[in-house]
Amino acid sequence: MLIGPSGCGKSTLLRLIIRILSPDSGRVLFDGMEVTATNVAALRHRTGYVIQDGGLFPHLTARENVLLLPRHLGRTPAEMELRIGELCALTRFPEAAMNRYPAELSGGQRQRVSLMRALVLAPELLLLDEPLGALDPLVRIALQRDLKEIFTRLQQTTILVTHDLAEAAYLADEIVLMKEGRVVQKGTLSDLRDHPAEPFVTEFIEAQRSLTFA
Amino acid sequence: MKRLLVITLGGLICGHAVAAKPVVIGSKKFTESYVLGEIASRAIRRAGLETEIRAGMGGTIIVWEALRSGAISCYADYTGTIAEEILKQPNLKSEDEIRAELAKFGIGMTAELGFNNTYALVLRRDVAERMHLRSINDLKNHPELRFGLTHEFLDRKDGWRPLAERYGIGTTNVRGIDHGLGYDGLKRGEIDLKDAYSTDAKIAENELVTLVDDQRFFPQYKAVFLYRLDAPAAAIDALQQLSGTLNEERMTKLNAEAERTKNYAHAADIYFHNENSTSTAAESFSSRLTRWTLRHLQLAGISLLLAILVGVPLGIVASRGGFAGSAILAFASTVQTIPSLAILALLIPLPFFGISVRTAIAALFLYGLLPIVRNTATGLQSIAPSIRESAIALGLNGRARLFQIELPIASRTILAGIKTSAVINIGTATLAALIGAGGLGEPIISGLNLNDHRTILEGAIPAAILALLVQWFFDGLDRVLIPRGLRL
Repeated sequence: MLIGPSGCGKSTLLRLIIRILSPDSGRVLFDGMEVTATNVAALRHRTGYVIQDGGLFPHLTARENVLLLPRHLGRTPAEMELRIGELCALTRFPEAAMNRYPAELSGGQRQRVSLMRALVLAPELLLLDEPLGALDPLVRIALQRDLKEIFTRLQQTTILVTHDLAEAAYLADEIVLMKEGRVVQKGTLSDLRDHPAEPFVTEFIEAQRSLTFA
Repeated sequence: MKRLLVITLGGLICGHAVAAKPVVIGSKKFTESYVLGEIASRAIRRAGLETEIRAGMGGTIIVWEALRSGAISCYADYTGTIAEEILKQPNLKSEDEIRAELAKFGIGMTAELGFNNTYALVLRRDVAERMHLRSINDLKNHPELRFGLTHEFLDRKDGWRPLAERYGIGTTNVRGIDHGLGYDGLKRGEIDLKDAYSTDAKIAENELVTLVDDQRFFPQYKAVFLYRLDAPAAAIDALQQLSGTLNEERMTKLNAEAERTKNYAHAADIYFHNENSTSTAAESFSSRLTRWTLRHLQLAGISLLLAILVGVPLGIVASRGGFAGSAILAFASTVQTIPSLAILALLIPLPFFGISVRTAIAALFLYGLLPIVRNTATGLQSIAPSIRESAIALGLNGRARLFQIELPIASRTILAGIKTSAVINIGTATLAALIGAGGLGEPIISGLNLNDHRTILEGAIPAAILALLVQWFFDGLDRVLIPRGLRL
């Protein structure tokens, strides 16, 4: 779980991992292998990526959005239909709504479709960039619950970016707090609260608390 | 480079072979030129050859280039124009001197047809009589006279300023006015004098008189036919025989007849002593309209297709910015600012183009380019970064991203650009008639010259309807081509 104030480099870090941005210096290792311009395409197929507003393609239905990549890679229709069934069940999305266009879906539904699209190839790494950031509180809480269940079922490496400490504490095994492009501290919420690595950690936690209860 | 040369040579040879079949006659876009073109056509046909007329071509340079390139075999012009505008040697005085210069271009000139169509100053007969005005010399004593002169006459080296200097006319009561409107101004008494061509039928029609040029200021504009030296001998012979057969009075009468009947061919028939001609109205209006419209659609359609094939890829490159991107947009915008007649004039001297349908299509293609390039670039650039990023993160390659994501999402904007181009092309295609490429511009240009609204509308109304139909067609196409998800 990546957390930190706006502009601290959380999203940039995700973009560096799948090389939407290429690093000025340093290396990104994926499963021990350096991510380079030549192997990134294959690595992207092993990664799922969801962004704040979903990034769904408006000219394609939910189904077409999810199946774009498998189709591109030549999966059989039967295989893909099976996968759609599984994913709809997993993300609690009504299969009948799969033929709708993004413009016909609610914000929460769009994020579920976006998650399906990210999961369709059963990636080894899931990258979620503020996936709940644009949702209203009620939808957000429902989706948080569902996400937690999904994470538990899939048991796969997931990096989620958020600026909401409560969300991080609820969903994460490990919280990574960032500031101005560097990692400040890693650990559970209690680690951070009880053994802050520097004053900024306490400051950040206090600010979040006052925000929540104000 | 070698291949280009071969194609060019091929084009020249083919062009030549085609030109050798019917004798193609050109004319400029004013009444007398149309009539002389029809007369030449009849004379050559009487000699047993096939003819074809490219009527109403836009100006001296265009007709001259057409003659030089072999797109036409002959047309009528005037000695003054040949010396000043074509050869740019105003001091060539005798016909033989001019003929010798023309021969260097492979062009021949007949002996004069028998009339001199020079500039003249004209005024209403009643005004002339009341003020005792007979010659240009008399103007000196009447500084109160109001002059309404054409813009060309105001600028020409044989026009107003040198004329006023030579005759010592000190008036400042001069303004520029359109030729056709000037006659109305004379009639209503808003101006007293204007410039005119001496054989202009409107002089007699409006009861005007010509002032005598006592000092012989105006150069001689004796009508002649120019022809290619490699034209069929029988055709050249037929043109030569026309020499000396048309005096000023007769030409003025034929011009008047053409303007009265709105029919140049009829005037030519009168020349051949066939007053009650019937052959001229052979082609019915509906058949003419079909011919114009089909040609018009052909011109606009082919050029639009080319503009799409070239414009969309250029737009894709332009959308990526950088030097190439700005260069493409700058080029397309610059082309749009060049007046259409200038584009035609620029293309005509190039090999492969010349006076042909190809040139008209190329000019329309260039005009159609900008909306398509710009809209393609804008459409692609305005795709949300999150969508672009999602497509990259999915691991789609550039090609798949372009064809499956970016172009479909930009399709509405791109189609809007194509629609704009199509409508512009339908409008601009009327200019093709200026280089004899036909289309609905043919009646428009000839109607403008005759000041005949009916003839203008024969071309203008179908062109407007065509533009509307094209608009509707593309609106329908939107429904088919723009993905449903984008229309919600």
